[in-house]
Amino acid sequence: MHRRRVIRPFGAPAIRPFAWLVPIALAAVSGASPAGVLPEDRADVLYHSYDGGGVTIDGPSILVRKQFAGKFSASANYYIDKVSSASIDVVTTASPYDEERTQYSLGLDYLRDRWMLNLGFSSSKENDFDAETFSIGISQDLFGDLTTISLGYSLGDDIVTRRGDADFSDTIKRQHYRLGISQILTQNLLLGFSYETITDEGFLNNPYRSVRYLDDSSPAGYSYEPEIYPRTRTSDAGALRLRYYLPYRAALHWEYRSYTDTWDIASDTFEMGYTHPLNDAITLEAKVRGYSQERAEFYSDLFAYEQFANFIARDKELSSFDSTTFRLGVSYRILPGGWRFIERGSVNLVWDHIFFDYKDFRDLRQPGLTPGTEPLYEFDADVVQIFVSFWL
Amino acid sequence: MKLVRSLGLGLLLGAATGACSIEPWVKPYERDHIADPIMSFDRDPVSSAYIHHVYEAREGARGATGSAGGGCGCN
Repeated sequence: MHRRRVIRPFGAPAIRPFAWLVPIALAAVSGASPAGVLPEDRADVLYHSYDGGGVTIDGPSILVRKQFAGKFSASANYYIDKVSSASIDVVTTASPYDEERTQYSLGLDYLRDRWMLNLGFSSSKENDFDAETFSIGISQDLFGDLTTISLGYSLGDDIVTRRGDADFSDTIKRQHYRLGISQILTQNLLLGFSYETITDEGFLNNPYRSVRYLDDSSPAGYSYEPEIYPRTRTSDAGALRLRYYLPYRAALHWEYRSYTDTWDIASDTFEMGYTHPLNDAITLEAKVRGYSQERAEFYSDLFAYEQFANFIARDKELSSFDSTTFRLGVSYRILPGGWRFIERGSVNLVWDHIFFDYKDFRDLRQPGLTPGTEPLYEFDADVVQIFVSFWL
Repeated sequence: MKLVRSLGLGLLLGAATGACSIEPWVKPYERDHIADPIMSFDRDPVSSAYIHHVYEAREGARGATGSAGGGCGCN
């Protein structure tokens, strides 16, 4: 029996295994504070768990940040994904598997007057994918510190290999260009704007995934062949965020993001949330997020025949679908009076329930149905974060 | 890409020419609400980085998930 892995849950999303992840990790270690102030000294220990669609992923994330010499702030992040996958792709075309990914990230901020320079490096390793990313950014406070502008650039080089195929090795070069603006509009209203262009060049497929096509000679009525993606992709995303301080001590936030890319994927993301401190010790948070995506031009759940086009994909992350998230979070303050070198701390629990509803990706687990008439796939996922934070 | 470059250049030029002439309409002493931690775009970076990780693994979109690199501007 032909057995091969198909999907890596967080590793092989729409395009390439972990290529997209490293800049996100760099975001965690890069300062998100105003340009004229170094980020707070802080240590976070987080346990994360994802459970949905036959996939479980969990592991730790540790983030430490410390100022030194008055003008610098250094940060380090250590992150692990422990994956156990029997996803819809694995069940229908491959065999379940376990694996682990480890990532290290380092960051350095340098403050001079109202300018801040950020440098970052991140490395992610697993058995068939290595990613390294360098990042540089600069930000400045303007107009009496009402405005913060930031510009950033990341360069990533990845090496893609394939288990069981010693002859296969390819590369990906990634570049990110970022613009950010944070603006105080009134005494109670903050606005944030982000724009990011990403270009990829190289092997952008998941090397394990395949498409299906109609095949009368097969008992199921269809057969599989490997996916073929373009070797380039450029995307543009712009997001607008508002945060409003209510007449009592609580905050509302809204967010909208628009996304397009050269594969014809287009999406809209909406988000609205509420943060409410009950007292000095407990803060509650609730959020709703909606995401709607139009498929890639070369995506199809079922192609009419073998080698239908130059580029073919059946990766459900490239399909048309909606997802909806409901979040509840609670934060409990600990050590209010401090302890030794710790100023204060908090214990946090965040739970996200996500529902995915696919419009043109079918569930093939029920045999005997006419190809193309299978039920559309859908699943729920629970994402839990438990973390402890200490301000130093 | 062009948009990013144009915006970046325009903002930097604006900053160079206007930073000294624009009077802040929200004074530093009026920013206690803005400076409250509940107003932060990214209160817990270790947590927000993780959830962006989850979304980008499950969705085709990517980018512009950051907090604009800014905060309260209330130093």
